[in-house]
Amino acid sequence: MLWVDKYRPKTLDKVLIHDDVAQNLKKLVTEQDCPHLLFYGPPGSGKKTLIMALLRQMFGPSADKVKVENKTWKVDAGTRTIDIELTTLLSTHHVEMNPADAGFQDRYVVQEIIKEMAKNRPLDTKGKKSFKVLVLNEVDKLSREAQHSLRRTMEKYSSSCRLILCCNSSSKVTEAVRSRCLNVRISAPTENEIVRVLEFIGKKEGLQLPPGFAARIAEKANRSLRRAILLFETCRVQQYPFTHNQAIPPMDWEEYVSEIASDIMKEQSPKRLFQVRGKLYELLTNCIPPEIILKRLLYELLKKLDSELKHEVSFWAAYYEHRMCLGQKAIFHLEAFVAKFMSIYKGFLIATFG
Amino acid sequence: MAPLLQSSQPWVEKYRPKQVKDVAHQDEVVRVLINTLETTNCPHMLFYGPPGTGKTTTALAIAHQLFGPELYKSRVLELNASDDRGINVVRTKIKDFAAVAVGSARQGGYPCPPYKIIILDEADSMTEDAQNALRRTMETYSKVTRFFFICNYVSRIIEPLASRCAKFRFKPLTEAIMSNRILHICHEEGLNLDSEALSTLSSLSQGDLRRAITYLQSAARLFGSSISSSDLISVSGVIPEEVVQALYSACRSGNFDLADKEVKNVIAEGYPVSLMLTQLFDIVVEADDVSDEQKARICKKLAEADKCLVDGADEYLQLLDVASNTIRALCNLPQEFSYEG
Ligand SMILES: Nc1ncnc2c1ncn2[C@@H]1O[C@H](COP(=O)(O)OP(=O)(O)OP(=O)(O)O)[C@@H](O)[C@H]1O
Ligand SMILES: [Mg+2]
Repeated sequence: MLWVDKYRPKTLDKVLIHDDVAQNLKKLVTEQDCPHLLFYGPPGSGKKTLIMALLRQMFGPSADKVKVENKTWKVDAGTRTIDIELTTLLSTHHVEMNPADAGFQDRYVVQEIIKEMAKNRPLDTKGKKSFKVLVLNEVDKLSREAQHSLRRTMEKYSSSCRLILCCNSSSKVTEAVRSRCLNVRISAPTENEIVRVLEFIGKKEGLQLPPGFAARIAEKANRSLRRAILLFETCRVQQYPFTHNQAIPPMDWEEYVSEIASDIMKEQSPKRLFQVRGKLYELLTNCIPPEIILKRLLYELLKKLDSELKHEVSFWAAYYEHRMCLGQKAIFHLEAFVAKFMSIYKGFLIATFG
Repeated sequence: MAPLLQSSQPWVEKYRPKQVKDVAHQDEVVRVLINTLETTNCPHMLFYGPPGTGKTTTALAIAHQLFGPELYKSRVLELNASDDRGINVVRTKIKDFAAVAVGSARQGGYPCPPYKIIILDEADSMTEDAQNALRRTMETYSKVTRFFFICNYVSRIIEPLASRCAKFRFKPLTEAIMSNRILHICHEEGLNLDSEALSTLSSLSQGDLRRAITYLQSAARLFGSSISSSDLISVSGVIPEEVVQALYSACRSGNFDLADKEVKNVIAEGYPVSLMLTQLFDIVVEADDVSDEQKARICKKLAEADKCLVDGADEYLQLLDVASNTIRALCNLPQEFSYEG
């Protein structure tokens, strides 16, 4: 088992970071009438861990016994029936799913599947009625229509069902849905907190950590705990005993983006643009999300640019990312950004050096 | 209304008014509906207004009061955005429901007027085609059905439908009314709220009573029965003043890297950028040492970024762009870029 899973705290009392949030959650579910919850925060900040621990707090160890189900639902969409394939994780008390996986059909998931689930109240072993929990991931990726469809379901079946929504950016969740939940912000752990977790894992694994080693990993992890633990494990595989100057391996794709940045700073020409397009394709086919590529590229460029240019380049990054999310083919917009950058940078070079 | 049995519903549902007369602040519609209860005359209705102002509550309450629990199922059809309301459903389901004739025998003390009620909640998410298909249905069965349309944005309802209805705008609740309702709940639940906390709660929820009730319940669970103003702020998730100020001062300093660092921090802390834009807006508008032209430049960008966020754009990039634009405005750098090819 990977350390990220092995050292995922199982209960709200055992969490090493966000323990204030954990204690609050515990109080929140002491009564049966807790409101719907919306967890939001950056990737790798520990939302999932808290949600799982919360379920356990509510339902005891049986919440851990989950099975994965791949199911195809037949949904009646007026004139025709459509098939929707969806993976769900379920225990006796909760169902977890990612409705945005259904793409542009996500509306049907909410209207048919989620509503159906919310309606049916589970009977617990004593035959007493209790409520069940629906965990919906990535609600920020849901279409507007799908989010609208959630609204009334959240009110109508609130005596039999609680929703736990989870997302990265709560700005993308509509006002009406947010108004129906208690919003729980999960911040990314600070470097110090990451160090604490790494040292804890090191101790459990019986490892010797040279001074400052954990801090160096934390620095590279960009405030993502998941990433820090993965890095830590990679280091362990690469070389043990650790040395104080042991290299912390960067992610492959980040190396690659950094190369692209150097490429386009060195030469601004159609030929170079063509080469870079190949590299961008490569990243996309490796499933690196386009906005992540764009942000990383901007990050690399900002490191190297004159302050005057920084404004201009970040403006265009925001501009093309926005168009990218309205359009369909990410590569067009990534390439457009690169071309724009080349033209700006060339203009700058000519103005400065003639 | 003492809670006899342990309710498992969140407070928003528990304290949803069951009777039209208990709906707060929407006097106009309440008056018309109370009149309806007496005369049983009722036009088609269109309720619109921001979330948590009582639209659904009012529609459900009047339907229940007109027909009582027995007849409710056969007389009232509630369709909301969680139901498929494509054009086919409009043509079949609504028509089938409307077509079955009804009698007008008064039953069990309820007025039971001789028509059916069709509540189309969250109607702004209906397609235009479906709305158009409704026109005919409305006309054909106008004797035996009343439609209630409910939506947040009245502009999403096509004119031919809207013009057939009595329109009522649901206003955001005023602080006084909100406080009243909140105090009532505090009384029922045995909570203690001082006047400062009460006014904080009203201003935090910006006229959305549902939000106010959710904050109140959360705060009650987290901090016990005595709730202070700062408890409420912490459950509401507004961005702490220091954080907003830190970003603003970084922009004032004119240093791009400093601003970038603050933006990264905002993102890592998980603060919603849309909220950050609102709070920045407040600071900028009130700043004495910023010229009108500078304010205009900054606010224009805030508006653009807000729109981009709604479209699903990346929060970091948008906020960085806002920060960069703010720097340039505050430092009187030219609006146009110099090297645009
Ligand atoms: N005017 C009001 N008087 C009393 N309670 C209210 C009022 N408005 C809202 N509430 C409270 O807020 C909750 C939500 O109200 P309601 O469902 O009617 O909102 P809505 O206007 O339909 O919002 P949305 O547009 O999000 O559907 C109710 O359960 C009730 O507790
Ligand atoms: Mg409503």
